Amino acid sequence: MVERMKREWFGNVRADILSGIVVALALIPEAIAFSIIAGVDPMVGLYASFCIAVIIAFVGGRPGMISAATGAMALVLAPLVRDYGLQYMLAATVLTGVIQIIFGMCKIANLMKFIPRAVMIGFVNALAILIFMAQVPHFIGISGLTYVFVGITLLIVYVVPRFFKAIPAPLIAILALTAAAIFGGLDLRTVGDMGNISQTLPSFLLPDVPFNLDTLKIIFPFSVALAIVGLLESLLTSSIVDDMTDTPSEKNREARGQGIANVATGFFGGMAGCAMIGQSVINVKSGGRGRLSTFVAGMFLMFLIVVLGDLVVQIPMPVLVGIMIMVSIGTFDWSSFTYLRKAPRGDALVMLTTVIIVVMTHDLSKGVIAGVLLSAVFFVAKISKIKVQKSTEGTVPIYRVEGQLFFASTKSFVDTFDFAAEKEEIIIDFSNAHIWDDSAVGAIDKVVMKYQDNETRVTIKGLNPSSKKLVDRLGVHHDPKAKAAAH
Amino acid sequence: MSNILLAVDGSDNSYRAAEECIRYAACMEASRVQLIYVADFAKAKNEVLHAGGRDQLEAARRKRLAPVEALLQEKQIPYEVHILHGDPAPVIVEFANELKPDLVVVGSRGLNSLQEMVLGSVSHKVVKRVQAPVLVVK
Repeated sequence: MVERMKREWFGNVRADILSGIVVALALIPEAIAFSIIAGVDPMVGLYASFCIAVIIAFVGGRPGMISAATGAMALVLAPLVRDYGLQYMLAATVLTGVIQIIFGMCKIANLMKFIPRAVMIGFVNALAILIFMAQVPHFIGISGLTYVFVGITLLIVYVVPRFFKAIPAPLIAILALTAAAIFGGLDLRTVGDMGNISQTLPSFLLPDVPFNLDTLKIIFPFSVALAIVGLLESLLTSSIVDDMTDTPSEKNREARGQGIANVATGFFGGMAGCAMIGQSVINVKSGGRGRLSTFVAGMFLMFLIVVLGDLVVQIPMPVLVGIMIMVSIGTFDWSSFTYLRKAPRGDALVMLTTVIIVVMTHDLSKGVIAGVLLSAVFFVAKISKIKVQKSTEGTVPIYRVEGQLFFASTKSFVDTFDFAAEKEEIIIDFSNAHIWDDSAVGAIDKVVMKYQDNETRVTIKGLNPSSKKLVDRLGVHHDPKAKAAAH
Repeated sequence: MSNILLAVDGSDNSYRAAEECIRYAACMEASRVQLIYVADFAKAKNEVLHAGGRDQLEAARRKRLAPVEALLQEKQIPYEVHILHGDPAPVIVEFANELKPDLVVVGSRGLNSLQEMVLGSVSHKVVKRVQAPVLVVK
């Protein structure tokens, strides 16, 4: 135990400290931009990032993963902030954490396997599209100079890393272009001009909301959505870090850790967050492996917040827009176009449905739920195809059943039999079938008894042991007095 | 005993590199091939997203090596598989410089100069930084 803690914290000290510093530098532009998406003061996102990163370093289940204020969570929070204000957002953040802690204790990570790939791909694509759409009002049709600045930002973030990697390119873009805008006296919208931003500093206290049922009614749906979205992105990110570092992680501990971090963040005046794919990849690429890297990222971010202070409000909006376009391009799964062509039709449709529902409702959790339900329906439809082949063995007709017999396939099973046609005796062979539930046994009863009504003797054979057990326990067709209507 | 390091990414040109590697292996005495595949950090997100889980992801990677492994088995050349994670070029270089093989064989994607500027040539970096003879197969 102590041995493991030592390894997770101090197994990679030098590289962890350096990568933590790189991540802190890379976090600043994103934390500010995500705050703008949520409609809160940039300090709210920066405090949240500090707070979540430091706490998750201790309680997370995936060493080396970076959690902070994220776009996914900001997008879910935006309508809450718009309609009810900052304090309700803080309350929702605390409640999100509580829900995530409960989820974690219920071992929710084990349920991840029920979320199909198609839904996860749809999720990241929808996230990318929403982040991009949130930028549109900040750069379309404002001024020629805005377009120029967005363009220069994109140029910097994509070209500079080819030659110079020590400082994250988005930060270089912010520093260079903010300086250019200030000293050139350029007429650009800045972070400080965003009218909807409350300038109150975060309170380090209980959220200032009435503690009653009405408040709960407002924040609960948001908190559930946040909990789902946060865990989905966190668990996906932890799988990515697992793969990159070729080490396992504790997914349920991570879920609980995300909850603890969000509860604390809400009380410290920050917005809800989760793990970040982009930043975690930066951390691992920069050599970060241990908990120390996450901790240093958070602490150094706090240091930078103190140093940068009021400069934040002078950052030109087009620079943040450019950085968010980069984040959106990086988040989008570009192989989805091949996926749409090559994946089974049902999967492709699930992916598209997830994306479309998210883009229409602006709610990531709704798209995920719809995607999961739709793929469940497709799965049932696919597996409920049952084949019955008729042949004759000597003079006796034999029906060979192939497939899964359960509530969704009973009707097509019963419909394949022609009760009037047969005379003496028939055989139904279940060697290639499985009987799953009460409805299935009922359907067999129905078939047998209908034949019996027509004076045809039915022999059932080939049931596998578990199917036979079920038929023996629930079936009534061997009882001559029974009626099919019993089911 | 001689050691040949063969870096493979599952592409056509890495298969051609494997064919060349086998020709050299036949000429060298008691040669052994160290087959190395680097799971690229840049593709990690995409691969995890499109794989069903850890096991499936591993299987998918092994499948990319399958044609080359079949080729080595057919010619009865002993080999070992190493699946590593990271940026392909530095990982291959580090592995090679530690192993000190008699020969390193890599495929070349044949990028034009613009692609090379943007994507970075793995074979170029390997030739430059590996302290062993390197065979680049076009």
